[in-house]
Amino acid sequence: MSEQKPGWRELHRGAVPYRSSEEYETGDWGVERPEIDLSRCTRCVLCHFYCPEGAIKVREDGYTEVDFRYCKGCGICAAECPVKCIEMVRKT
Amino acid sequence: MMQRQVLMGINGDEAVAYATKQVNPDVLAAYPITPQTIIVERFSEYVADGLVDTEFVAVESEHSALSNCIGAAAAGARAFTASAANGLALMWEMTYIAASLRLPIVMAIVNRALPGPINIHNDHSDSMGARDCGWIQVYCENSQEVYDACIEAWRMGEHPDVQLPVMVCLDGFTLSHTMENVLTLPDEEVEGFVGERGYMTIRGHMGDAEFRLDPETPLTMGPCDLQDFYFEHKLQQVEAMKQALDAIPEVDAEYAKVSGRRYGLIHPYRMEDAEVALVGLGSTMGTVRHVVDGLREEGVKAGLVKIRVFRPFPEEDILEAVGDVPVVGVLDKSASFGAPGGPLYEEVKTTFYDESDRPLIADYIYGLGGRDASQGLIRGIFRSLEGIRSRGEVAEKVSFVGVRE
Amino acid sequence: MSDLTLREAARKPDLLAPGHRLCAGCGESIIVRMVLKAVRGPTMATTATGCLEVSTTIFPYTAWNLPWIHSAFENAAATASGMEAAWQAMRRRGRGPLAKYETLDIIAFAGDGGTYDIGLQALSGALERGHDFTYVLLDNEAYMNTGIQRSGGTPRAAATTTSPAGRVIPGKREWKKPIDEIVVAHEIPYVATMSAAYPMDVLRKARRAFEAEGPAFLHAIVPCARGWRYPPEKTIEVSRLAVQTCIFPLWECRLEGGRPVYRLSAASSAIARRPEAKKPVEEYLEIQGRFRHLFRPERRGDIVDSIQAWVDNRWELLLERAGL
Repeated sequence: MSEQKPGWRELHRGAVPYRSSEEYETGDWGVERPEIDLSRCTRCVLCHFYCPEGAIKVREDGYTEVDFRYCKGCGICAAECPVKCIEMVRKT
Repeated sequence: MMQRQVLMGINGDEAVAYATKQVNPDVLAAYPITPQTIIVERFSEYVADGLVDTEFVAVESEHSALSNCIGAAAAGARAFTASAANGLALMWEMTYIAASLRLPIVMAIVNRALPGPINIHNDHSDSMGARDCGWIQVYCENSQEVYDACIEAWRMGEHPDVQLPVMVCLDGFTLSHTMENVLTLPDEEVEGFVGERGYMTIRGHMGDAEFRLDPETPLTMGPCDLQDFYFEHKLQQVEAMKQALDAIPEVDAEYAKVSGRRYGLIHPYRMEDAEVALVGLGSTMGTVRHVVDGLREEGVKAGLVKIRVFRPFPEEDILEAVGDVPVVGVLDKSASFGAPGGPLYEEVKTTFYDESDRPLIADYIYGLGGRDASQGLIRGIFRSLEGIRSRGEVAEKVSFVGVRE
Repeated sequence: MSDLTLREAARKPDLLAPGHRLCAGCGESIIVRMVLKAVRGPTMATTATGCLEVSTTIFPYTAWNLPWIHSAFENAAATASGMEAAWQAMRRRGRGPLAKYETLDIIAFAGDGGTYDIGLQALSGALERGHDFTYVLLDNEAYMNTGIQRSGGTPRAAATTTSPAGRVIPGKREWKKPIDEIVVAHEIPYVATMSAAYPMDVLRKARRAFEAEGPAFLHAIVPCARGWRYPPEKTIEVSRLAVQTCIFPLWECRLEGGRPVYRLSAASSAIARRPEAKKPVEEYLEIQGRFRHLFRPERRGDIVDSIQAWVDNRWELLLERAGL
């Protein structure tokens, strides 16, 4: 789906990006997605730090959840979870 | 107002330094190169004596000088630098970036030949080599113009319709190191004229904001454009230059009220009934004016058009000033190897191409590497123009004058 | 100022937003997110041309939720100097839009390309002038964005596209330029190394860098799944092995009484106490495709041994400097 891109008169001067990258959902990049087994999660929050996207958010209760709009399926979270409660599952 | 001006005996570099002292920019980042050195030295003295409160950054190269200015201007500051020849060449990359980032930095260029062989004397190869980068370029005939341009430049670049960096060019040694009489404004007049820097308002990803870096409204400057946006951003720069053609005379008019000196994009002299005329830039035009007066006394209808603003190129003004003068010589103080002629000649000739009634135009490339442009040399060029006038044709489109064959 | 805990840091918003186009498993954004978690107040940043800059700001999108500028490749330190100079000027004069900030942390992010080589001049100048800013070297040990070409930061024997492992020459012949020593020699207040495998260490050092009065330099080892040739999920593992094998030890150096005082940290200080925990460098080399030619078709013991000797030598030197 292509949208009409703005012409030079419409664009503001200075080439300042006017859209957050959050509008660009990279979640369709990967072939796998992480599934967190919260029953075994210790809330160490390391996965939140290790995610290159910042796609693993920490909830109010301290558990983590994946924002699949951005997850690229790199598998770092699953590889690094100290209790191995994250599994990379093939997308269907 | 003019009575309150102070007459100083200063050289061109000192005029730059003094004007900049009065503007008192937030940041000055510069690296020394002859013949610009007096600017940085004099300004350092002002800093050391507490006469300015500019942050003086003694950078380690010209590339870093302009990079520092870009960082500073992006952060909302007024930033100034100065360079010449190799220094300008070293910061070449950054000149394009400063212009595309729409940062109204002011830079004095003390025109000096590009090597090699290394030559520290005056010609225009340095700033001519930078004519495509998107900066406004002002060429000065004498130190008075240098002083005035270094004040006006801030308003030219910061004009809301422009928002571009400005290069003030002065001839190395001829102007930079030669003492002249310069009328200087009182400090408060300069402060009042330049005022505070204004910013354009843009839409960023976190809201509308002034175009400057500030934690209050974060924005991103200097993104990566793919094929789908670069061209449009360049058109915006094209438009800014067009706007400058109107904005600069506006600034000149305002400056005239403060200083009593009225500048324009070009300065025609005795062109109304001229039959032979020379078009050129910089200090040589002072010599040309003197020769024109002498020739007039001898009955030769000579005239000149001094181009003060080379970028944006003032086509309309030149067409009007030249009018129906039949023979025009263009003085180029730089060569473009392999090109049909010198850069100014090419632009002047292009300006006239579509006119139904256009003059015969010849190029005279002179003065490379500081080769002196004496009255005799200029007279010789006018004789050549008269020859063209009588023959009705340009035998030699491009000649190199003053060089030993 | 008490150090941030991981849980506290986790609650802070990410100043580098998701939706950027860096490769899956990229080490750069992991470090950048961690460093930005340690931000203590008003902060502005600049980034040199490279993977990070290009992938985070494809117009009209941007991932930077703080004021940010990219100007060119070799001048992150010069651009940051200018930003800092502007703030200093406005503070001093009491006028100008940034005058209101009592603290304003300025961060320059640059790769090994923009630091070891083309950016060295600007870095040296900025350090010599003593600007109050933090320089973060994101070291993925090659010019990655342009296609994995060797840099001054590429380690010995690594295969890159301009130092390939060929029949005659087995990868880069030169040793990794000792950038940290060069920076320490500039006598700046704070220099430290970091690895994403030790997030608390990263947060602590980033915060100390921001707090340092004057220039601070943070050198992060940043594995690149593409250029180092390993599966993307191993980025943290590789970051960890770099430290555990002591090829990239973790330390910080502060100028105290005019002298550089080194202190080891995290796993490196643990290894200093228990040398038997030091892993052979081969474990680090083996899992990376850029060193594959050292093991296949035959093991190049001569080269592996020379790398181990280099690691051991530098580790001993670091222990000496740290007074251990």
